[in-house]
Amino acid sequence: MADAIMQSREAAEQRITRAPLVTNNRSMAWITDHVASVTEKKAPAWWWVLFTISSALAVCSVLCIGYLISTGVGVWGLNHPVGWAWDITNFVFWIGIGHAGTLISAILFLTRQKWRTSINRAAEAMTLFAVVCAGIFPLIHVGRIWMVWFLAPVPNSNAIWQNFRSPLLWDVFAVSTYFTVSILFWYTGLVPDLATLRDRAKTKLRKFIYGIAALGWRGGNRQWKHYEMAYLILAGLSTPLVLSVHSVVSFDFATSVIPGWHTTIFPPYFVAGAIFGGFAMVLTIMLPARAIFGLHDLITDDHVDKMCKIIVLTGSIVGYAYAMEFFIAWYSGNPYERYVFVHNRLAAPFFSWFSWVPGIGPQMAELGANPAPYWWAYWSMIFCNVVAPQLFWSRYFRRHAIWVFIICNFVNAGMWFERFVIIVTSLHRDFLPSSWNMFHPTWVDIWTFTGTFGIFLALFLLFIRWLPMICIFEVKAVLPEADPHHGHDDHHEEPAALKGAAH
Amino acid sequence: MANFFPRWANWIPLKLLLIVMVLGAVVTGGIWYYFTPKYTNVGYMPAQPAPFSHAIHAEQLGMDCRYCHSHVEVAGHSNVPSTQTCMSCHSQIKAQSPKLAAVRASWETGTPVQWVRIHKAPDYVYFNHAVHVNRGISCHSCHGQINEMPVVYQAQPLSMAWCLECHREPEKFLRPPSEIYNLNWRPASAQEQLAMGAQYKKEWNVNPPVTCGGCHR
Repeated sequence: MADAIMQSREAAEQRITRAPLVTNNRSMAWITDHVASVTEKKAPAWWWVLFTISSALAVCSVLCIGYLISTGVGVWGLNHPVGWAWDITNFVFWIGIGHAGTLISAILFLTRQKWRTSINRAAEAMTLFAVVCAGIFPLIHVGRIWMVWFLAPVPNSNAIWQNFRSPLLWDVFAVSTYFTVSILFWYTGLVPDLATLRDRAKTKLRKFIYGIAALGWRGGNRQWKHYEMAYLILAGLSTPLVLSVHSVVSFDFATSVIPGWHTTIFPPYFVAGAIFGGFAMVLTIMLPARAIFGLHDLITDDHVDKMCKIIVLTGSIVGYAYAMEFFIAWYSGNPYERYVFVHNRLAAPFFSWFSWVPGIGPQMAELGANPAPYWWAYWSMIFCNVVAPQLFWSRYFRRHAIWVFIICNFVNAGMWFERFVIIVTSLHRDFLPSSWNMFHPTWVDIWTFTGTFGIFLALFLLFIRWLPMICIFEVKAVLPEADPHHGHDDHHEEPAALKGAAH
Repeated sequence: MANFFPRWANWIPLKLLLIVMVLGAVVTGGIWYYFTPKYTNVGYMPAQPAPFSHAIHAEQLGMDCRYCHSHVEVAGHSNVPSTQTCMSCHSQIKAQSPKLAAVRASWETGTPVQWVRIHKAPDYVYFNHAVHVNRGISCHSCHGQINEMPVVYQAQPLSMAWCLECHREPEKFLRPPSEIYNLNWRPASAQEQLAMGAQYKKEWNVNPPVTCGGCHR
């Protein structure tokens, strides 16, 4: 009897044995050296090339913003009835990207997913930089940016008080809370590694700067105890933010009465989309970084595989949400809602190919002849967000970095299109057909948005240059050597099946 | 690694925190006091092209406000009198006074006297004089004791919070229609004002707008 139990246990343990999180049996010293040296060596030529390009783009954005502020929002293509267009599209796009970082660092931490350790630092940095890019747009779209302090509940001689019933105000608090908690969480996690950089520093200046940044970290038992408690609390604070921030962003639309926006499915749909788009951006940035710095032993193919699985999961949720929006539009019986979904989004020229289908042929022919003005945006979104990530069901696509990179870029584009579709296609045909109008971006729209990629990349490049892009001490903790039992196997009668397996 | 920072460096964060807190309090207090129309605008008394004294005209001579500001009851804008209004008296009285040189020059050339505006509402604020003076708000409520001013100055901040003080509680300021232009009129007591104001408010159906669109049209 006892033997049978042992055997089934062995078999179970064998099944759940996982591939090691750090491959090629790298030592602790190798990890420290490999990660820390990125910040210590001279910046390679490619870094300067990329940094020059991205900061030039960032300057484009800054100049466009300066032009916008000095001239007015009229330099954008906004009009009536499209009062929100690329500005809010870009805001939602960037804020969504941040969510992967928070999910990786907070939720995967609380659920003890050890594979997060090698990607959380960079993903969190990405969160911060994405929120920086996101924050620009709502700030500048208000027009008179010097009045933006009206958003803060400060007693003033105008007796202006905020309208706390407005989701736009909730947004201000949601995003600023998100940024504050994210930066605290990220910095707290950085402290032990900053101390490592300080201890390895050769020059006085480096010792001074990293010495200040490390906040006097010595790595004593008591400090670790405080650190772990602080990190756990911050993870607990960040966890609801993964869900709340993008829910609040979705309220900007969902609490309005615009057909196409006024939908209860928005909060979960936005959150799934944010995680979906965020993971795609994490991979878009991490895969080149991994290749350049030779970090394949730390960010293994298993890591990429897992992230691809999250992408296919959340991408499918998003696809389900797209379908459900149509169902609700039909089921609600609201003619305006139906009109938005069919005539402003879905109807495409290729519908006329189906004019032979019995029963629905005439309708298809008519829709094909009168397609939605933005049908190309809608179908780009469907292709990029729903069709492309389905390739990740196949192990082949999850295991080949080049495919992962290509598909993730489709997702990046698709998530931008999603916000564009939601915002512009709902607005451009108002309740009054006399005010219908198309949106055309101006060069200021285009360069402000393009420039934010420069801001994002420039900040990320500065980050990998000056801070350890992988959490050194956490990765060391998932090594087999970090297990207190490591090397003491002689004392136990360990089943042969477990020998050599990672713990 | 040897100690890179001296022992006193341990106190820097605490000292910094203290400095930031003190600075924060000073900056907040400073802005709260100095960056308001109460500080920046009240008492604004620019030199005018001719030294017109409301104290002489309105108080000593007892002229009615409406003799010069003739549109105040019927228009949104309360007019500054034209040169013709001045000259209707001053062609006879003190006709050669050097203080009236600017008025005579205007009369001869046809160019209006360039009076310096004191009470400015921003261009995004819609303010209607007629509505106020016809419904129990005296000149005194906004312009102060102007009948005693040798030179006009701004007596009230004219900030939005100040407007709202009255728009939220008009009964504190409404007065009998006969006393609108009597700047020396005072209610017998605060209680009486409230009782009278409440009655006027009800009778005249005074509902001052407190929404954005009321003034920012």
